[in-house]
Amino acid sequence: MNRKFDAIVVGAGPSGDAAAYTMARSGLKVLQLERGEYPGAKNVQGAILYADALEKMIPDFRSDAPLERHIIEQRMWMLDDASHVGTHYRSDDFNEKKPNRYTIMRAPFDKWFSEKVREAGALVICETTVESLLMDGRKVIGVRTDREGGDILADVVVLADGVNSLTATRAGLRPAVKPEEVALAVKETHYLSKDIINERFNLKAAEGVVIEILGKITRGMVGTAFLYTNKGSISIGIGCILQDFKDYGVPPYKLLENLKEHPSIKPLIAGGQVKEYAAHLIPEGGYKKIPELHGDGWVIVGDSGGFVNAVHREGSNLAMTTGCMAGETIVELAREGRAMNTRNLRRYRERVEASFVMKDMKKYRNLPGVLHKNRHFLTTYPELFNQAAHKLLTVDGVDKRTKEKEIKRQFLKSRSLWGLIRDGISVIRAIR
Amino acid sequence: MAGTAVKKQDTAPAVDLSAWKDVWVFIELERGAVHPVSWELLGEGRKLADEIGSRLAGVVLGRPGAETAAVCDEAFAYGADLVYVIKDDVLGDYRNQAFTHGVQRLVRKFKPDIMLLGATPLGRDLAGSVATVLRTGLTADCTVLNIDPETGCMAADRPTFGGSLLCTIQILNYRPQMATVRPRVMAIPEKRPGRKGEVVEEALDLQEQEVITKVLDFIADEKRDEAQLSFADFIITGGRGLAKEENLQLLWRLAEVMGAEVGATRPVVASGWMTPDRQVGQTGKTVRPKLYVAAGVSGAVQHRVGMESSDRILAINTDPHAPIFDFATHGVVADIVQLLPALAEALEERLGQTGENQGEEVK
Amino acid sequence: MHSVVCIKQVPDSSQIRIHPVTNTVMRQGVPSVVNPYDLFSLEAALCLRDQFGGKVTVITMGPRMATEALAKCLSHGADETILLSDRIFAGSDTLATSNALSYAIRNIEKTSPVDLVFCGKQSIDGDTGQVGPGLAWRLGLQQLTYVTKIERFDTRAREITVHRRTEGGVQVIRTALPALITMLEGVNEIRFGSMEDAFRAAETDIECWNAGDIGPVDAATVGLKGSPTKVKKVFAPQPRTEKARMIEADDGTPRALADAILDVLIADYPTLLDDIKKSVATRRAEV
Repeated sequence: MNRKFDAIVVGAGPSGDAAAYTMARSGLKVLQLERGEYPGAKNVQGAILYADALEKMIPDFRSDAPLERHIIEQRMWMLDDASHVGTHYRSDDFNEKKPNRYTIMRAPFDKWFSEKVREAGALVICETTVESLLMDGRKVIGVRTDREGGDILADVVVLADGVNSLTATRAGLRPAVKPEEVALAVKETHYLSKDIINERFNLKAAEGVVIEILGKITRGMVGTAFLYTNKGSISIGIGCILQDFKDYGVPPYKLLENLKEHPSIKPLIAGGQVKEYAAHLIPEGGYKKIPELHGDGWVIVGDSGGFVNAVHREGSNLAMTTGCMAGETIVELAREGRAMNTRNLRRYRERVEASFVMKDMKKYRNLPGVLHKNRHFLTTYPELFNQAAHKLLTVDGVDKRTKEKEIKRQFLKSRSLWGLIRDGISVIRAIR
Repeated sequence: MAGTAVKKQDTAPAVDLSAWKDVWVFIELERGAVHPVSWELLGEGRKLADEIGSRLAGVVLGRPGAETAAVCDEAFAYGADLVYVIKDDVLGDYRNQAFTHGVQRLVRKFKPDIMLLGATPLGRDLAGSVATVLRTGLTADCTVLNIDPETGCMAADRPTFGGSLLCTIQILNYRPQMATVRPRVMAIPEKRPGRKGEVVEEALDLQEQEVITKVLDFIADEKRDEAQLSFADFIITGGRGLAKEENLQLLWRLAEVMGAEVGATRPVVASGWMTPDRQVGQTGKTVRPKLYVAAGVSGAVQHRVGMESSDRILAINTDPHAPIFDFATHGVVADIVQLLPALAEALEERLGQTGENQGEEVK
Repeated sequence: MHSVVCIKQVPDSSQIRIHPVTNTVMRQGVPSVVNPYDLFSLEAALCLRDQFGGKVTVITMGPRMATEALAKCLSHGADETILLSDRIFAGSDTLATSNALSYAIRNIEKTSPVDLVFCGKQSIDGDTGQVGPGLAWRLGLQQLTYVTKIERFDTRAREITVHRRTEGGVQVIRTALPALITMLEGVNEIRFGSMEDAFRAAETDIECWNAGDIGPVDAATVGLKGSPTKVKKVFAPQPRTEKARMIEADDGTPRALADAILDVLIADYPTLLDDIKKSVATRRAEV
């Protein structure tokens, strides 16, 4: 006799946990299945926690969630070979009672979140992989797991199984993810004492800094890098579109080594001890690659749905938000006694579209394409901007007007007037 | 078990420590052969005995006959001052009950300060029971033994937390202070044949019908696959970097050219690619070869403790951050799939060359 | 038949890291697992149950967190679990632990007679392999360690025949029940539980006993007081002072690298080739 639940959540990452939590709290009978040994075992992230998304579900998360530092400063750097130019924002206002962003470590954080899901009443079973969806025609009626006697029924299945979205792909609910639609990112955790971090980054107590990086450091491949401060360690990582890695033949760990050697980065991590190394895929397909999000008896949330904002490097909040919205939709339908069919579950899609999630994804929908066609954005422009900055900031007896002329000439020589105009239009298209 | 009361007096009363003297080493005799670890422990026991100014004794249990007597002589050759021996047919094959009975009789009568046993299946089985029956402390799998000058007690170092850390354990108020040591952790002492000592014989005082366990048979291991890692001069070990089972043959090939034994890390054994007797490490074998080649081995502490006493370590790994490079003698960042065949080839060539310098071929 | 399996929850040593700055063990985020050696014993007990019927009870002594390990055993198919947890047990070494567990097993016996007690060969964290013998002595069990196979179980005569690993081979030995068995590692593989087992693990409220439940317990025999061994200090292993000297070749081919390696090895160890030849010759002779 097969067990039946109101909802089955496939995956115990941020989106799955958000969905499971939301539904269980409202009294639905929820089963969450995770293929890893424990929640978080298969998860890798930078990692930044966006309080807003979590707050909506667990307003007092700050009291017991394992948080590293709350972020008070963001730097955005464009790297040339041995220099960087960029901008940053820092504000003491972020030292508010309820800071907006934190750095976290996924292992303890996922453990905490999963505990909340269990406390809310969901049944969480790990080390169990969903092999396929049980179908009745085109309707999803449950899941089949890799355990013996592992068929379980549910009114609705929430697919939160990550970037590769294996379950949905196998069931034909969405197309397979292609190498040009994901980035492969590698990261290291460097242990450095709290005091050294505070001193080096000009922080006190639990304040934190985030540095987002792009430029020649990715050797023309489309990608970004980052450096985050945790309580007693630094997370540093770099990632590029998977297809680019294949085309360019540069191994990811080599990119990371170069990043660590860059004169702008090296002093920041000096003296640290590398104690962890991890790799993961990140959805980068953008708005245009978001698949069908719902159907008869199923919804897709989080990375499975490609919800990553490449420009602002937001992913976990989109995951939590979509998970939460899916949960709310399902609770609503259950309360109204409505079927979990395509027509009714459309409310989930509508929620997502009405929110910042889809609006932001839509805004940057052209970015992947633009970057792919204009790799010089990541090589030539960082070079030009760095050189320009260098010129302007060097006091060497040359008058400023001449310097500006020089800089203008460099830009024109490099890109030509027409090129510059085209680039300008591309950028506007990409971020409008 | 129903109706048997849990034995009262679960810890021994405080003992008069001064009544306990001498360092004892259990000589593991099974089917006519002595496990070499016993000799290694005599070497170590000698050091301890000299430091506390007491005698070193061997403990031999076996069946009556010449072979047991020969063992006593060998114990003297390896440094024992005296040997306590019990000869009885009941002791022909190892059985926990019989041997525990014999050893505890000797201990109660002659009161050793320290007793060492090899951490072999027999040694560990016996040590656990003896320590329990005598209600004393036992430190297992020790790597270093010293006498603490402050307390006069033995201080035993052993790994903890799966080998990530070490701890020092002492047994302050109970006797004998017992410890087991794994084979090859200590060096075999010099053998001085003809050295003499005192033999003290005791009766077992246990009848066959009182022993509940019966030995029905002995099935010997098949010789050919048995790894001789413990005494090999050259070892090449494959780790997770092997990636695929078919890459094992690269190891075997190089091992053949090198005259080396092939070892494995725990993950490789766990995958079933190699038998457990080839496992080197904390839960495997301890080795001390002249040259240890670690191919695709990360160098985690659990493996490290099994091979760090090697004279030289050559580590090959694609990860420049692999912990093995922290303690290897030489390191190479490379893919073993490419490098091992090249090494085999290059080595073969050099071996051929040095053998052929017997004159030039006339062209 | 009723088997009691004693397990221990330990940090997953493959993931243990030493904090490079404070030199302490970093437990944060390191998952706790069932001591791997115990799983071989659990599987053996489950196989016996499958063949002869009866049940498998898993017991552990530890803090509340140890319920996770017990849940894991349920997910593998164990029938019942018991957590023995009480402050007075804290700090127990193996002797004290076996004292406490024996009280608990005697308690289990009150409702359900026990035929076999299984233990793991040793634990990966702490690890003296003495809990088994301690239990065997206290409970009057025949002790069978390093068992590679349970060959035969005679329910009528209440006798069990096992293969026991020894130097150079296995002993085939037979003894009378009740007995204590520790299985050698690698002799079996713990089964992947069914979906029902997984559900049971997630839904069961693990039974917890404190000292009062199994008493009266003489406090001098358990916990720190009941431990003859004392840990004097814990320290990190001395790092070999020098890191590896890295070997590289200008020409990136594997062969060039191989030659570079041999050059370095021979420079450092001049008799290498001769020693290798001797070793090869010796091995050929042995075959």
